[in-house]
Amino acid sequence: MVEVALNSQAHGPNRVGPVLSSDLALRAIPVGVDEHALNLLVEGVHCANCIARIERTLRARDDVTEARVNFSTRRLYVRWHGVADVARGIVDSVEALGYGAIPFDPDILASQGSAESTALLRAMGVAGFAAANVMLLSISVWAGLWSDMDATTRDFLHWLSGLIALPAIAYSGRPFFRSALAALRGGHTNMDVPISLAVILAATVSLVETIGGGVHAYFDASVTLLFFLLVGRYLDLRARAEARRSAERLLLLRATSALVETGDGSLAYVAVDDLAPGMTVRVAPGERFPVDGEILRGTTDIDASLVTGESQPQGAGGGDTVFAGTMNLNAPVAICVGRTGEDTLLAEIVRLIEDAEQGRARFVRIADRVARWYAPAVHILAAATFAGWVVFSVAGWQVALLHAVAVLIITCPCALGLAVPVVQVVASGRLLKRGILLRSGDALERLAGIDTIVFDKTGTLTAGRAVLTNGDEISQTHRRVAARLAAASQHPLSRAVQAAFGTAQPPEDAREISGCGVTGTIDGVSWRMGRRDWCGAAQLPAKGTGSELWLSRDGNPLAGIAFDDAVRPDAARTVDALLARGYQVELLSGDRTEVVNRVGEAIGINQRRGGVSPTGKVARLRELEAAGRHVLMVGDGLNDAPALAAAHASMSPASAADVSQVQADLVFQGDRLEPVAVALAVGRQANRLTKQNVALAIIYNIIAVPFAMAGFVTPLVAAVAMSSSSLLVTANALRLKRGSSDGTT
Amino acid sequence: MNILAILIPVALLLGAVGLAAFIWSIRTGQYDDLDGAARRILIDDDPVDRSSD
Repeated sequence: MVEVALNSQAHGPNRVGPVLSSDLALRAIPVGVDEHALNLLVEGVHCANCIARIERTLRARDDVTEARVNFSTRRLYVRWHGVADVARGIVDSVEALGYGAIPFDPDILASQGSAESTALLRAMGVAGFAAANVMLLSISVWAGLWSDMDATTRDFLHWLSGLIALPAIAYSGRPFFRSALAALRGGHTNMDVPISLAVILAATVSLVETIGGGVHAYFDASVTLLFFLLVGRYLDLRARAEARRSAERLLLLRATSALVETGDGSLAYVAVDDLAPGMTVRVAPGERFPVDGEILRGTTDIDASLVTGESQPQGAGGGDTVFAGTMNLNAPVAICVGRTGEDTLLAEIVRLIEDAEQGRARFVRIADRVARWYAPAVHILAAATFAGWVVFSVAGWQVALLHAVAVLIITCPCALGLAVPVVQVVASGRLLKRGILLRSGDALERLAGIDTIVFDKTGTLTAGRAVLTNGDEISQTHRRVAARLAAASQHPLSRAVQAAFGTAQPPEDAREISGCGVTGTIDGVSWRMGRRDWCGAAQLPAKGTGSELWLSRDGNPLAGIAFDDAVRPDAARTVDALLARGYQVELLSGDRTEVVNRVGEAIGINQRRGGVSPTGKVARLRELEAAGRHVLMVGDGLNDAPALAAAHASMSPASAADVSQVQADLVFQGDRLEPVAVALAVGRQANRLTKQNVALAIIYNIIAVPFAMAGFVTPLVAAVAMSSSSLLVTANALRLKRGSSDGTT
Repeated sequence: MNILAILIPVALLLGAVGLAAFIWSIRTGQYDDLDGAARRILIDDDPVDRSSD
């Protein structure tokens, strides 16, 4: 079973803040007289138990009339009696169970349109029914050819076949006919033209044969052809819908509203799009700043790692500028909205992305490349067959047409129409199991061509959060004190202290002083843990190279605690494996050069550069591209987004900035870097299978087409050959499922 | 050959019943949440309410 747990723990401190929006009520849709319904995206649902807990809890409420979790899309539908404001209470009930709940944007919901897939499924059902029944009748006819079946019975069976096949073709063939018509109207041709032609001509010729009491009818071949192609079309649509759905899931995680102070001093939630310069917005600790602005009140630390790549939190107070996308770490602040829309840093990045994307569009998928010459080739062969038989034979134009139709049926592009989507579906399923979301259809093919991998540092090679590094230097007593003080705070550094020294009971009078640290009385003595100047350690040498906290007793500094951004646990191993497989690996970071060098050495990347701007990253990628390299960019920050768009293929961790995730072809979850290697391996394997399938189809055609042109292909041979080739390529595609050959498991 | 007059309609009828069932299952949204359906077996008291979303 495919399982994606978008659960909150995996995201760590980088996670987008919880939905504070009271605009929930706005998202509720009125149903009937006095009912409302709400669609929510629920995070962290990953088993039957989760479904049952959520549904039971909601149904236990008196006002709720319906609650249903859709496990595949992680969507919860709730309907209740009463006013729209109940929405808040419903979301609270879900959140109280420990699941994140974010309202679905009705616009996104409306655009999701599963109508197309339902129509395709229905067409597939009808074609399947017709194919099975016509085949049943055809087998009787074929058996009758060798035994004593008389002409009347044969004609009767042909008529019956036609009666089933013709309406089925008219109904199920519409997706192909429509697309073929559109292509012809536009003055060009696509794969659906020969398909439609084969199906329609085969049915027409068969009808003529049946009326004339002929021996051969191709009804079976045309409906089976349609059935197999519809299966492929449906799989293709599902693969693309899956990619689109994961993209939407990511978009939904964005903060959509901000808490604004209105003129009369009250507070109101306003959609981020409606914020105007001059408004005052309150930002709570743990939330991201929704816009660029200036701090009016409050002092805090800001985590700008997603925007600049800088790994250390920076202090900010009144008058300092903050950027959209950075995170407020430890104290509530009020900001005055500065620039919005086109003027923000974000908009600047978006412009860079748009420039970078230009090069991307040139990529053409294998299937399309083959289709480009396949369709004309098929038409020419069929036309040549017809002309050849008319000119060189005395059998008449009906027979010539029959043989031309046989050529069209035999050359049916099943390998392209069926096997390529199967490879795609199987590969994306395998990636999903490893926590990797495929966001674009051609990403797998682009991954296969990669020979160079460029990593960002903060949040990509590292986990993007602080880890205590000098625990050995600190005495047992101090550890205990630090752990107790840390328990009183939610600051990332306090959490790192707890992770290293264990959780403890906070002192009763513990207080967190924003921008400074935590103070409290332990065993009758007043302790402080926080900034160096606040703990009286201003003159002492710095501890380590990253962030630090100091511990002081009655104003005397006693111990410095050093922190560093921890490297992902398997980063060195993964990079080693990639180098061993012949990839060129590079490190490009916006962080300071000495930090970049330290991390690069620890992981084993020799090619590295620090202090690179977003434009600089794009320039480096262009340089590599000009040197003929195909680059996979792995990055998470806002500053990486243009580079992600410029690279041949791109990946982001699930903790990345929204813009980066939207740019990335693949998004991976969890604390490990291994998914990068897995994705590359799956991409290569999928590409190999796609090429094999195309080759199989071509070999099959080279063998079968001469027979068809020579007129040796009877309906029986056509149906058997076509079905067996479809099954062969599908079976080949399914080999990917076993996939132990990639060496990553 | 009289047997054909019975067997063929029977075969077609059975096929048509299958097709109708398939179309009914699509229409009632039974393919909307395949992963969820697989897991719901494990819930003890599956609620009576079968409406789709």
